[in-house]
Amino acid sequence: MIEEKFDAIVVGAGMAGNAAALTLAQRGLKVLQLERGEYSGSKNVQGAILYADMLEKLIPDFREDAPLERHLVEQRFWMMDDRSHTGLHYRSDDFNEEKPNRYTIIRAQFDKWFSQKVREAGAIVLCETTVTELAQDAYGKVIGVRTDRADGEIHADVVVLAEGVNGLLGTRAGLRERPKPDKVALAVKEMHFLPRETIEARFNLRGDEGMVIEAAGTISRGMTGMGFIYANKECISLGIGCLVADFQRTGETPYGLLDRFKRHPSVAPLIEGSEVKEYAAHLIPEGGFKAIPQLYGEGWVVVGDAAQLNNAIHREGSNLAMTSGRIAAEAIFQVKSRKEPMTAENLSLYKTMLDQSFVIKDLKKYKDMPALMHTQSQNFFLTYPELVSKAMQNFLRVDGTPKVEKEKTTFKSFIKARSWSGLFGDAFRLARAWR
Amino acid sequence: MSIEPSVRVEDKLFYNRYLVDAGRAHIKVRPHTTPSPELLTMLKACPARCYELNDKGQVEITVDGCIECGTCRVICEESGDIEWSYPRGGYGVLFKFG
Repeated sequence: MIEEKFDAIVVGAGMAGNAAALTLAQRGLKVLQLERGEYSGSKNVQGAILYADMLEKLIPDFREDAPLERHLVEQRFWMMDDRSHTGLHYRSDDFNEEKPNRYTIIRAQFDKWFSQKVREAGAIVLCETTVTELAQDAYGKVIGVRTDRADGEIHADVVVLAEGVNGLLGTRAGLRERPKPDKVALAVKEMHFLPRETIEARFNLRGDEGMVIEAAGTISRGMTGMGFIYANKECISLGIGCLVADFQRTGETPYGLLDRFKRHPSVAPLIEGSEVKEYAAHLIPEGGFKAIPQLYGEGWVVVGDAAQLNNAIHREGSNLAMTSGRIAAEAIFQVKSRKEPMTAENLSLYKTMLDQSFVIKDLKKYKDMPALMHTQSQNFFLTYPELVSKAMQNFLRVDGTPKVEKEKTTFKSFIKARSWSGLFGDAFRLARAWR
Repeated sequence: MSIEPSVRVEDKLFYNRYLVDAGRAHIKVRPHTTPSPELLTMLKACPARCYELNDKGQVEITVDGCIECGTCRVICEESGDIEWSYPRGGYGVLFKFG
């Protein structure tokens, strides 16, 4: 047993846990961070895009030595049917700036670097240690953790639960519910290696410029889901994810979806000749604002994916994780500075501070989007993409049909598929949820 | 309907590195005679195809190729069909890229 008592124990060394441990250590608290992987990053899976602003708040000069892949100058949104995609692309030379705003990263490498910063700030980071249980006193107050090591129980004034989307501890202790199948997506991903020059030629990139494609449509077979293709320096991260409840309902296989996405005529040429070096899967919180659990209690706070803090519409998660970890640490520091105990009442400061940040404000803005996307998945992910593709092809194909007739055909196809009231209803519901 | 070419998940898992904790499966399936709908779902929903039917029609799990996503926990833990824990520290899948 580790006799020493810590100011704080952080469970998990992903984005949220590292941000929390770093901030606590920087403020001079005695911090123990526990991670089940052989190093921080070896169990962590993400697309992945890094948002500079949130990392700058923790490590202002991160660009000097962080393992970054490419800074993003281009974003492509694809609406796909089985043989086509209709794209909305945005590319700007403004993104070639001194301090770029977004980067692609490879999590195992990035997190290892992040963890080194946590150690340098003075935290003790113990890897290859799985926390099995929270230690609670007779009144239910969290007083530490139990691990799978022989030396068992470790005590602290507060435990920061940064245990990820599939965190067991909070559920086992009755602090929050297990994620429901309609509140999490399962994403599968492959790493495709190609020579650097090939990636730059295929994606129209120079030097360290990067681009990402976010794709939706018939690739998810009527399920709520999205595909993605991110350009790294010498590899491409390619994956697809759909709601777990949809996999359950349809009997589709995740690897079957991934395979079809890779064989799509718009995708196949981009990865042709690549060597795959890893296959990963991960859950993504999709429930939004309404799925956020209780965020604090007697002797504990929960941050990042474990708290369901993910913006499914903007595909932002790691920045919400980092920010919630940092804010939780700042709240703990304030309570500690006042020499007050880590009670639920005092730790409610974390929620107050988080409510004022972009994290909760953004999730609140889209609070009705998850339900709309889930109940209307057939329309948004199957019917509309097919209609749009037909309309685009009808518009572009020159075959002697008068344009007036072409427009009528397109117009009728929309009415036939969704009816007047359906079209207006969808537009109204989307606008209201987006507001 | 087009016929799906079969995807060989075993080949995909071969790209990955694992440290298998022999004799200590982190996921256990409750013994049963007839599998529940939840367990049957896992035959298709598990991205590593760890779940298989044996010749008695029961669902079995081999955790060696598990990529620790938690999908089966989300689907099957509540009904008591499976027990789900993380592998011991250091064991399980070891992502190089993540």
